[in-house]
Amino acid sequence: MTKPRTQSLHKRESELAKANKQLEILSNGIFQDGELPTFADKIKETNQFPLRPRKLEILQINVGYMCNQVCEHCHVDAGPDRKEIMTRETMEQCLEVIRNTGAHTLDLTGGAPEMNPDFRWFVEEASKAGIQDFIVRSNLTIIRANKKYHDLPEFFKKHNVHVVSSMPHWTRGKTDKQRGDGVFDASIQALQQLNEVGYGMPDSDLRLDLVYNPSGAFLPGDQASMEKDFKKALMEDFGIHFHNLFAITNLPISRFLDYLIASDNYEDYMYQLVDAYNPAAVGNVMCTNTISVSWDGWLYDCDFNQMLGLKVASKVKHIKDYNEELLNNRNIIISQHCYGCTAGAGSSCQGTVA
Amino acid sequence: MSYYDPKDLRKFGDITEWSEELGTKFFDYYGKVFEEGALTAREKSLIALAVAHTEQCPYCIDAYTKDGLQRGVTKEEMMEAVHVGAAIKSGASLVHGVMMMNKVNKLDG
Repeated sequence: MTKPRTQSLHKRESELAKANKQLEILSNGIFQDGELPTFADKIKETNQFPLRPRKLEILQINVGYMCNQVCEHCHVDAGPDRKEIMTRETMEQCLEVIRNTGAHTLDLTGGAPEMNPDFRWFVEEASKAGIQDFIVRSNLTIIRANKKYHDLPEFFKKHNVHVVSSMPHWTRGKTDKQRGDGVFDASIQALQQLNEVGYGMPDSDLRLDLVYNPSGAFLPGDQASMEKDFKKALMEDFGIHFHNLFAITNLPISRFLDYLIASDNYEDYMYQLVDAYNPAAVGNVMCTNTISVSWDGWLYDCDFNQMLGLKVASKVKHIKDYNEELLNNRNIIISQHCYGCTAGAGSSCQGTVA
Repeated sequence: MSYYDPKDLRKFGDITEWSEELGTKFFDYYGKVFEEGALTAREKSLIALAVAHTEQCPYCIDAYTKDGLQRGVTKEEMMEAVHVGAAIKSGASLVHGVMMMNKVNKLDG
């Protein structure tokens, strides 16, 4: 059994549960008084403002904010208390888009996407569309959370789903600190189950990738080195295989922003992000090749903008009116959280970008 | 007010402004030292952390604690590294006890 160490900001009725409160913090203080440059000013230095999309490659759909975990740093503010769940009607609108999109990757996320009651139906229908890379972001523990989820590895295999799962560290202490008590052991069991059906095995086409994001107020290290360390430790300790590790930077929004402020790390963290700004990462940030769809069908430049309530700056704002050509002709909405995607080697849902 | 200001670490690169050649040479050397070599960058980071403690450099302790975290180094590994530094530091004091013993033996043996 896993046991959360915290509650969602919504459950706590925190001011930071409101997107505009978060945006206010990100625009005030050190960015308002000029101590640090705003993201817009920074990308102007290299003539990359306004940020514009390239070719659409990834359609990322958030099927709901409900989750069995309450991770300390969740940018979605997901948790068992969140009731925002994509309806079958919205899923049908998404399927229409999936069948006709030029994107080669479909990326389902949440919350725990598997907790949406129509998740399996949606995966079955979407897999018929012949998308090249069909990702489900699974938190792993959901596979062990309840009997009804135990067969998820077989279900994923049947539909050739590419499983991408979070794993903040190869040790129990660091993992459970970030994701809740018992999460490490349940994750290990789930990874072993996935390996048993062929996921993550060398030479297997059943892709299993892990996502690493730091457990505190620091940036991720080199992705290739981290992957080597993760592979060595998980193999030696538990006989676990996986394919790639994506190192992702925590963006200063939602629960991670709350953590930064509560631990008096906010300013230092923003300095770290700005100091590590890499102009070479800007051209490849994920908002330039991704559209993010929320549980209620609204369209965003990325999952982070979704959580900040920043809908795309386009005539087309909802999946029911989807038009790829019109959408591609838009300016991407930015704020200071965007520094999280341009620090060091850059960061995206697919790991580093530079 | 403390003599040390954590914000000053960010200004470290400024030393080059008053002596460009030496500053640049130092930072080139520094960067090269910490590249992967016969030792991994992770191993070098732990050595740096241990030395940071024996040198009692607050900037270095801040920097290499963060560096270790970024590399996935655990707190147990960090503390072991600090003990290695401390053991050498105390050993370096204690081994001078032999000098004292030699002197006592010579003067009063």
